[in-house]
Amino acid sequence: MRRWPDRLLVLSTRGAAVAAASVLALVLGIVLVGAMPALARGGAGFLTGANWSPTTGSFGAWAMIAGSLATAGLALAIALPIGFGCGLASGWILTGAAASSLRALIMVLAGIPSVVLGLWGLTTLVPLIARWHAPGTSLLAAGLVLALMLVPTIALIVDATLRTVPAEQRVAAAALALGRWSTLRAIAGRACRDSLATGGVLAVARALGETMAVLLVAGNVAALPDGLFSPVRTLTGAMALEMAYATGEHRAALFVLAGIAVALVALVLVLLRASGLRPALGAAHA
Amino acid sequence: MLLRLRLVVILLAGIGAMPAAERLTISGSSTVQPLVAEIARRFEERHPELRIDVQGGGSSRGVVDVRSGRAHIGMLSRAPTAEERDLKGTIIARDGIACIVHRNNPLTGLTSVEVADLFTGRTASWQALTGIDRSVVIVSKAEGRATLELFLAHFRLKADQIRAQVVIGDNAQGIKTVAANPDGIGYVSIGAAETDIAAGVAIRLVPLDGVTPTSAAVADATWPLARPLTLVTTGSPSATVQAFLTYAASSAVDDLIIDLAFVPPPR
Repeated sequence: MRRWPDRLLVLSTRGAAVAAASVLALVLGIVLVGAMPALARGGAGFLTGANWSPTTGSFGAWAMIAGSLATAGLALAIALPIGFGCGLASGWILTGAAASSLRALIMVLAGIPSVVLGLWGLTTLVPLIARWHAPGTSLLAAGLVLALMLVPTIALIVDATLRTVPAEQRVAAAALALGRWSTLRAIAGRACRDSLATGGVLAVARALGETMAVLLVAGNVAALPDGLFSPVRTLTGAMALEMAYATGEHRAALFVLAGIAVALVALVLVLLRASGLRPALGAAHA
Repeated sequence: MLLRLRLVVILLAGIGAMPAAERLTISGSSTVQPLVAEIARRFEERHPELRIDVQGGGSSRGVVDVRSGRAHIGMLSRAPTAEERDLKGTIIARDGIACIVHRNNPLTGLTSVEVADLFTGRTASWQALTGIDRSVVIVSKAEGRATLELFLAHFRLKADQIRAQVVIGDNAQGIKTVAANPDGIGYVSIGAAETDIAAGVAIRLVPLDGVTPTSAAVADATWPLARPLTLVTTGSPSATVQAFLTYAASSAVDDLIIDLAFVPPPR
């Protein structure tokens, strides 16, 4: 007979696992039930149609799927190198006070509420882009504001990984007379491969989910973007714009968008698994 | 853990045992919401046993919530439509909508035809209107919003004819967007725009067909693009709901209406 603290531990951790799983099941269930009326009528039209016009009953989600993927992809392309650089600086290259102050700075950036970044984007970034190429509210603005949110996520994961590298490895590299660059490539590069994948996955999931900040700067026109300066509408942006007053089939169509957004995040995780990388946190998500 | 559970149970039991205050739920138009919130606060002071919960979400939500019983009163930023004859409407104020441009835009006025040409993309540059050769940035509301419906009906346009570069949700987002874009033109509540202009926000209201958009022009019905702010209930409201409606439609709230830059209806 095991003692009761053991049993309590087992029960409570199992309970937590079941709770987490059932919340996900509940959310998926609600989304599915909400989407049913539209799915029954629209079918695959959601994925292929690009015309979103609720007042005429036309619900093609393709423009918004493209909008979400384009903003997330652009943001990741900007944030991955910058975030990696920051993490490398704070976790590997810098030491002492310089490293810890850079780390603190990244944490503050991570703590800025996204709507504040959105307002900054609207009042500062958008006019700047507009001066260059109208209308300013665009894929580019959304990508840049999102990238600001993703940089600290990626940087902190890279930083945490690099700080777990045993000091012996660096000492050994020095003993072998490896230069800075070779040490970086041989030790830090290897250590970071998986953590970059983790950071990337978390970043993409956040980018696909981020709503308010993107809503302020993206322009939200439900049409396929034809360049960096075109306005885009994301899946979550469409929900935030229209869910408040949507009724009937329109409301059901917004639930379909919610389902598509969840499916996109799941797809990213599956693709990562298939790629053979071992993202520690990403695996926990899957 | 067991202890914590017991505490939660005790807390919940405590909430359940509290004397039940009478609750009134109001939901609907985000344009009407700030006004009704103020009216509700004043009404609560006179009726301490009453708790009034005022939520936004748009006119359509107000109608849905009243019909489903989730709200006692719905707020509409328009008159009830023909399909909404089952609901009883009370007009509490009037609101006008008008075009806004950036403060540095030299535009002095527009005709209805020019507005329609701008918003349908037939006029793509400011050249002919202001002499400045810049692309027009059209800021329009998301499909289904009451402001858009009123705008479309007035200019006899359909939603799919609008060629917007920026699609926005509420008035505040529209004003922020135009203030951030010297080439932008959008349309918002005159009340919301006047308040923000007084606070120094970089926008201007644009005269339409020679009429200057002001609260006074909305009040004396010379401003053509106006709408009634309406409270709706089901056919047989309770005594409390009826008392609130009577209060909200009385001259006792005129100062609140004027404070929020809406216009009191003829009484």
